[in-house]
Amino acid sequence: MIDSQTRTLTLWNLSVAFAAFVVACFLGFYQIVERSGLFEFLKSESLYFTSVSTHGVLMAFVLTTFFIMGFGYYTAVTSLKRPIWNPALAWAGFAVTLLGTVMAAIPLVSGKASVLYTFYPPIQASPWFYIGAALLVVGSWAWCVIMVVMTIRWKKDNPGHLIPLPMFATTANALLWLWTSVGVALEVVFQLIPWSLGWVDAIDPGLARTLFAWTLHPIVYFWLIPAYTALYCFVPKAAGGYLFSDEMARFAFLGLLVFSLPIGFHHLYMDPEQGSGWKLLHGVGTFLVTVPTLVTGFTVLASLEIAGRLRGGKGLFGWIGTLPWSNPMVLAAILAFLMLILGGFGGIINASYALNAMIHNTAWVPGHFHLIFAGTTIILYFAIAYHLWPRLTGKALYSRNMALVQLWTWFVGMTMLSTPWHVLGLLGQPRRISEVTYNSLLTLAWQPYELFMIMGGAVLLGSAILFGYILVKSLGNTVAATDPEPAYAQPVHPPRGLPAWVENIKLWNVVIAALMLLSFGWPIVQFFFLKTYDSIPWGY
Amino acid sequence: MHIDPLEKKWLYIAFGMVGLFLGAIFISALVSGIHPPSNVETIDSARLHLSEEFAEDNLGVRIQPDGTVRVTMVAGRYGFFPRHITLPADTPITFRWASIDVLHGVHMPMTNMSTMVVPGYVAEVTTQFPKPGDYPMLCNEYCGTGHDFMWSKVTVVDKQTWARRHAKTEGDPS
Repeated sequence: MIDSQTRTLTLWNLSVAFAAFVVACFLGFYQIVERSGLFEFLKSESLYFTSVSTHGVLMAFVLTTFFIMGFGYYTAVTSLKRPIWNPALAWAGFAVTLLGTVMAAIPLVSGKASVLYTFYPPIQASPWFYIGAALLVVGSWAWCVIMVVMTIRWKKDNPGHLIPLPMFATTANALLWLWTSVGVALEVVFQLIPWSLGWVDAIDPGLARTLFAWTLHPIVYFWLIPAYTALYCFVPKAAGGYLFSDEMARFAFLGLLVFSLPIGFHHLYMDPEQGSGWKLLHGVGTFLVTVPTLVTGFTVLASLEIAGRLRGGKGLFGWIGTLPWSNPMVLAAILAFLMLILGGFGGIINASYALNAMIHNTAWVPGHFHLIFAGTTIILYFAIAYHLWPRLTGKALYSRNMALVQLWTWFVGMTMLSTPWHVLGLLGQPRRISEVTYNSLLTLAWQPYELFMIMGGAVLLGSAILFGYILVKSLGNTVAATDPEPAYAQPVHPPRGLPAWVENIKLWNVVIAALMLLSFGWPIVQFFFLKTYDSIPWGY
Repeated sequence: MHIDPLEKKWLYIAFGMVGLFLGAIFISALVSGIHPPSNVETIDSARLHLSEEFAEDNLGVRIQPDGTVRVTMVAGRYGFFPRHITLPADTPITFRWASIDVLHGVHMPMTNMSTMVVPGYVAEVTTQFPKPGDYPMLCNEYCGTGHDFMWSKVTVVDKQTWARRHAKTEGDPS
């Protein structure tokens, strides 16, 4: 079992993450019910947008950041087999991230920051919200530094050895997050904070949107990489088999690191402040970043097939039935895949330069990202939690059957929620609305779908509560964990002959810098040459 | 380095798919000229009333000398102005948009008339409407607590009817 320092650090980070998650699920359910318009007494635009802003910040920033930090510490210590470098810094990072969360949460829940998690200037929030968000990001940089330093030191002590795959992925994610967060950090520090404090009168929303787009796409890969780490490093072993290809896993993580960054303009396809050539360039990159995911799909399915055949599965599809469906990690992987296939299909439509106009900012978009993020990514976060909990607490999971019920209900609930959401988008429903009573016959077609979404939301809320219940109950479990040792999958063939550039951190930073300069250089610099007219702050 | 032959085949398929999608996008962009709104044109949103183009009297539908139709509209909390316009079907129509206050998005469901309206910038979209009928024009970007009350109306009528009944009243002042 790992040292108590790491256990405490990981448990604290994960606990904050999951507490935020459960709170945000209650908000999500309220929003679905409120916006349906079926319950007159619930109607409140101001409460709705307060809730949407809080739900978004808790899910996208708080849950993810704390979860990734906690999981990263566990991964580093167990895969490199050495203690955390500079634990004081790790705790300081945790404290700063938590302080930022609290600072942002107070204006959020009191309705002083209903600007959504995407900020949207020239609508202005309380300065505390922006400062809190900045601290949340700065605190997480401590984690990035610790991950990168631990990897570099391990490499120095182990010349000629490859970085263990889980740590390779985590280091790629730490580098990715450092690069990713620069865009939003520039926006918050140089635009939003001075403007909200009244130091400057006006803001350029075009520049702000461009900087946010820098962050907006790679951030989803920051969330996704831990899920992929579980797919490559936990799932094959949990299924009773081996990882099909260690090398391809490394190339997939490198592909995500390099190509998820210079492509954020697919969020700005419908924006007037960027030219079509830049949008097309980012569009090409967006399609390229599907390749690492397609590779992941192949490698992980092949690993599952190996496991299924080792367990006696015969024929073309026989191996699927022999997989251990009662193992939470394997079940989560299968359900995550089903959602990833559908979500990936939707993503290709979003990424399409011309087709995007039909679904931009419609209900299709939250349908899409709930399927990919709240579906694929979060269901693997659940599985990682069930995997780590006994290894961190030394106590067995309270109930494996309950965990299976929780995963299935999450999958069913998310399908019931996101399918009608996509349809509503195609039927023209805009996203981010607190009610659906437009002066148009079109809205009549929306009503049955709203009802279906409420049912899906109820199933999801029940599943989220069950998740929290299992984790809390496990903390007080008197039964000891049977096997608290780390369980990483072994590859079919040990990786060999990988060129040195695969692990060259400096080289990859240079490549990313060059690509970012190419794709964001002029689009940002143009604002200093254009005659732009800034906007004064507005309320909401 | 070891890459399984099956995985190599899959890689070719993956790149093939990406190539196919990108090919379709490049053909629609470069051959058919379908681009999202990207005109990078700035305007002072606080002084729209003093601008020639977006002053209140000049908003609405106009026929251009080349026979195309131009629609000039302002987005502001909470509506698109003018609140109701009538347009011809099967005619290239260029929309020009400016915001008077915050960020808005405008979409006519079931059509590709979609653009963000960012304060400080003019958004321009050119499209055609093949099907006559009543279309809502909805704000699809959060712009304040009244966001879901922000809509206007577009009526699309067939070309001949439009030329007979609407072109004169709403059309070219010359």
